[in-house]
Amino acid sequence: MMSSVTESTQPIKRRAIALVSGGLDSMLAVKVMQEQGIEVEGVNFFTGFCVEGHTHAIRKKDKDKEKRNNALWVAEQLGIKMHIIDISEEYKDVVLNPRHGYGANLNPCLDCKIFMVNQATLMINKARELAGDRGFDFIVTGEVIGQRPKSQRKATMPIISAESGADERLLRPLCAKNLPATLPEREGWVDRESLHDFSGRSRKPQMALAKKFGLDDFAQPAGGCCFLTDESYSNKLADLWKARNERRYELDDIMLLKVGRHIRPQPHLKLIISREEGENRFLEGYRYQFTSITTVSCPGPLALVDGNFQNDEEMQQAAAIVARYSKGRSSDEVTLEVRSPDGVARQVTVEPFHPDAVPLAWNVG
Amino acid sequence: MTEAVHELDVRRMLCPMPVIKTQNKVRTLATGDCLRVVCTDPGALSDIPAWCRINGHQVLETGEAGNEVFVVLRVGEDNGALF
Ligand code: SF4
Repeated sequence: MMSSVTESTQPIKRRAIALVSGGLDSMLAVKVMQEQGIEVEGVNFFTGFCVEGHTHAIRKKDKDKEKRNNALWVAEQLGIKMHIIDISEEYKDVVLNPRHGYGANLNPCLDCKIFMVNQATLMINKARELAGDRGFDFIVTGEVIGQRPKSQRKATMPIISAESGADERLLRPLCAKNLPATLPEREGWVDRESLHDFSGRSRKPQMALAKKFGLDDFAQPAGGCCFLTDESYSNKLADLWKARNERRYELDDIMLLKVGRHIRPQPHLKLIISREEGENRFLEGYRYQFTSITTVSCPGPLALVDGNFQNDEEMQQAAAIVARYSKGRSSDEVTLEVRSPDGVARQVTVEPFHPDAVPLAWNVG
Repeated sequence: MTEAVHELDVRRMLCPMPVIKTQNKVRTLATGDCLRVVCTDPGALSDIPAWCRINGHQVLETGEAGNEVFVVLRVGEDNGALF
């Protein structure tokens, strides 16, 4: 019950911005707020490492079922507006220089949370400045104490609140009862007693709450909300930095790490070989930026060459590797076309690599 | 038929970039304006209409032509310019 709203004045409808990842926890956090009469709008940040969205567009598997943006889909289920913010440029600094370090892989979860809550804080500050009472009063996340070993611990919760600048305006409805009361609780905008005290890795309380709210279709990301928690992906990113001798990336780089088979036959050369039609179509779009290899004498994949051939042997070697993944893999010879970004192409005929002859160490990821 | 006043070219961008670009463009438009978005990621055909439904904009037309898809929308009451 909203007992502390004074009857004498027109009660101000309190509004919150919720960080929505597309998973169950943020969905539940929004529901809990809506139950208390809070008007919620969602915000979803595009870092470039997100699993949702384009990854589905690339892989043609489950074509119809999977092709939905989770954050948008969640917003529709919850009946809230959704703002999707491109933070991919600013986010580089979070990935390259995380002050609190990395998790099990190259996931800078704690810095990432701080960064996102900070972005949301800037948003509500701006909105309050521009719109006063039509602005936003606080921020909501679906964080649960102990849910993730690194970023969601009891000790990290106040760090996120403080370093993001959100301070008292950051409310975690799913574990608020385990934490000191925040501004929305103390002001009586929300009823602390109706919030939750979830903690630990168990998903049971969330499942029970989902059932109570009648939610039965939601995404359950295994490791985390982005590719940086994925070991193979992190290895590919580390390999990229090593090959370039510097820790740096562009959006195209990190997109390409999500696609295809990555093989590095030379320290300065990497092949990105498509594994199916969807990836083929995706890589096709990069042929004006990279040298590419396709098969001519038989059906085969499309490969991009990240790096420059220093001599003909290197080119033949690359062609022979691509041939190994073509339909002509057991033929004596396969003819391929090597095309440079400006469209100049030449044909080479090579003996495909024997499957066992591609050393495991060349596989990146 | 529908007259698209504004055009947005998000060809070769992958979801969710077409949605983000649409959102950012809509913020600069006025209620009632029409916007035609052209994309190559077919995912935009479900994402942009979903974004419109959520944020109160009207989808006037969607379609495919060769490798491209397009969505024509009319900006609703709130163009989202607060952010
Ligand atoms: S999993 Fe990725 S998006 Fe989620 S908190 Fe960690 S770094 Fe950020």
